[in-house]
Amino acid sequence: MKVFKYILVGFVFGFGMWKLEAVSTFRIIEMFHFQSFHMFGIIMSGVSIGLIITRLFKTGKLKTVKGKEHKFSDKDHSWPRYILGGLIFGMGWALTGVCSGMMFLLLGSGYTVFAVFLGAALLGTYAYGYFRKWLPH
Amino acid sequence: MNEFAQQTIEFISQPWPWWMGGVVIGLTLFLLFFFDKEFGLSANLRTMCAADGAGDYVDFFKFDWSKQGWNLMVAFGATFGGYMAANYFGGDDKAHVSPTTIELLNEIAGEEIFAMDNLPPIVPGTTVVQQNIHPFWDIYSWQSLFTVRGFIIIIIGGFMIGFGARYAGGCTSGHAISGLADLQVPSLVAVSGFFIGGLIMTWLFLPSILRIAF
Repeated sequence: MKVFKYILVGFVFGFGMWKLEAVSTFRIIEMFHFQSFHMFGIIMSGVSIGLIITRLFKTGKLKTVKGKEHKFSDKDHSWPRYILGGLIFGMGWALTGVCSGMMFLLLGSGYTVFAVFLGAALLGTYAYGYFRKWLPH
Repeated sequence: MNEFAQQTIEFISQPWPWWMGGVVIGLTLFLLFFFDKEFGLSANLRTMCAADGAGDYVDFFKFDWSKQGWNLMVAFGATFGGYMAANYFGGDDKAHVSPTTIELLNEIAGEEIFAMDNLPPIVPGTTVVQQNIHPFWDIYSWQSLFTVRGFIIIIIGGFMIGFGARYAGGCTSGHAISGLADLQVPSLVAVSGFFIGGLIMTWLFLPSILRIAF
């Protein structure tokens, strides 16, 4: 039962993202051509509600299931990794029209070739781990 | 009751408006914080590498990945969510893009494939069930994988996603959603990188890549 709640969270997110068409490559092409508000609306409304929720947890108005305060960790301030990694991820995102979360949904929806896509993404993650010490962070 | 169930399914199956993004993402973040966890789906790629024994070769994968099991369950839930939404609540299964995007897609293809009364499907590809798509947009299928174009998009694109997400320390969920919601400057830099990289790819390279013989 412990794992069930996490499956439920993933289900809500996955189901919602599919119905919002955020999994659609065509929506991503549309977004990068600024031809519709749709994708920006999803991200902006998500971040806005997220801001409120994050504030409520940070100020202790909302507590975790154990009644404790949720700890947020600040991201390191080391710029090259965010710029270079961001550019590579963004190029991959636009090339495929799929981001790392969406490939799970697509695999589940019946497009079985995404198993290969997932394999390629794992290879990319492995390559980062391997070349990590030579990359500027 | 049966009719009510039918109506409910039909109601859910409609395309959702953009503001539902706030509901879905808000609920996801709230539940994860409530369970004392973080939102970040690409972290699962690192966990999967570690679970496959990559820690024996590369230190980056040497961590207690069993503590990340919950996140794999989130990914599994998302996979199941995709299955249910696509197969039982798919509605018309179309991407309801704008008329200008339809024109753009036809311009890229050099052919009038889509129209307002013939919208593109959600996924440019084929499954066992979903077979009717114009060959130009048949990107995500097994036969496409063995073409130059399919290889570039699926293998190289997938590689870039995995590499870039870990290099940047997060993907759309970790940086664009939870990072921005926590007003993290590094996340803003990363998201700017996502967008600049995406614009470069979309405007400079994507049309030519899509037109490679398939």
